[in-house]
Amino acid sequence: MTSLHVLRTGVANLASVRAGLTRAGAEVIVTDDPAEAAEATHLMLPGVGAFGAGMAALRATGLDQVILDHVDAGKPFLAICLGLQLLCRSSDETPGVEGLGLLDAHVGRFPDTVRVPQFGWNRIRPTAHATLLQPGHAYFANSYRLTRIPPGWEGAMGEHGGPFVAALERDRVLACQFHPELSSDWGQALLRRWLGTEDTRC
Amino acid sequence: MLTRRIIPCLDVRDGRVVKGVKFQGLRDAGDPAEQASRYERDGGDELVILDVSATAEGRANAAHTVAAVRAVLGIPLTVGGGIRAVEDAARLLDAGADKISVNTAAVSDPALLSRLSERFGAQCTVIAIDAARREGGAEGWEVVTHAGTRRTGIDVIAWAEEAVARGAGEILLTSWDRDGTRSGYDCALLTAVSTAVRVPVIASGGADTAQHCVDALEAGADAVLAASIFHDGDTTPDALKAELATHGIEVRR
Repeated sequence: MTSLHVLRTGVANLASVRAGLTRAGAEVIVTDDPAEAAEATHLMLPGVGAFGAGMAALRATGLDQVILDHVDAGKPFLAICLGLQLLCRSSDETPGVEGLGLLDAHVGRFPDTVRVPQFGWNRIRPTAHATLLQPGHAYFANSYRLTRIPPGWEGAMGEHGGPFVAALERDRVLACQFHPELSSDWGQALLRRWLGTEDTRC
Repeated sequence: MLTRRIIPCLDVRDGRVVKGVKFQGLRDAGDPAEQASRYERDGGDELVILDVSATAEGRANAAHTVAAVRAVLGIPLTVGGGIRAVEDAARLLDAGADKISVNTAAVSDPALLSRLSERFGAQCTVIAIDAARREGGAEGWEVVTHAGTRRTGIDVIAWAEEAVARGAGEILLTSWDRDGTRSGYDCALLTAVSTAVRVPVIASGGADTAQHCVDALEAGADAVLAASIFHDGDTTPDALKAELATHGIEVRR
């Protein structure tokens, strides 16, 4: 069984994340303690709340640096929904607030021509050299998104009022705009690939 | 491209699934977690659990039901029924709900929607609107509450717009005239509401055939919710989707 530290960032509704990752074979440990998180083999930043509140929570606890160090060390890292957006430089959701900056990108809102929030299952298409991401339907619940995959990253694209970034991957870093924990069997298979629990079926 | 959703609904009372028309003559229809699992396997895109418990004890059970369902369910879960305060919502979210649906309590206290949305986000806040055509030949629809027993006189379109302005991220729109009748969704109502707001609209009340679902989606609904057609084993979400696909409607299969 792979142990996984999930970062508590405030108003997070962690029950679905915990249940989904447990089904995928992880032993889930929820923490907001930077010292404990720094020891994690697998680290996960869940997706809840608004951009500004999320960054404030990470900065207040020092978890922002823990995340950057974890990724620098090449260890498995998973970000979901707002978690992906917090990796960027900035977002229309909370102008003036600086993100983690791991991705050289700005997060914008979906255009007025489509339903917002995007609620539901969107078919996603991985880029040529993606290894974790596979084609399929993923479940989204978001109002903001990236429109281009940053240089140096593989990923997957979806379509909602134009192309948008459904997920990004590089080495053992996986950032999903969708919710793998709510994406049924397809999402479970993705989580298992990231966790390295494909064959254990625990 | 975003697909249209098929959403089975479970009415739950005191921890058991119940069936009945307009909440009358309820009878036991099984274990919520078992049914939830089956709906996911059968292609349900999301699940709605509506707690129809009549007592405080019954409602306290709802969190246990949600936790049991969450442990086995890998698709989104919306929970509604008896939510009057942010604390009620927090308890159900902690238990494993992804979205919270409010109805009567929001009509009497619209600021509840603002509080829920500020605390949990619009993606978590669903306004359930029960609509009935106005009586005496008048145009339009009015909001009904308390399981359809009270006509409020409030215009459905105006209420939908206010709910969205206050932070609701989705509308679960039930036609009280059609609910339980299996005579088809109220398509005029769906068109009126879905063109008035930008958030997704879920059609509810009146489903019987695949054609009813096609009609609702073509009228502007983003998703269709149904209870009895799935409970009674008449059809499954997958079977319904196969028919929708033949009409050129994009679904997850």
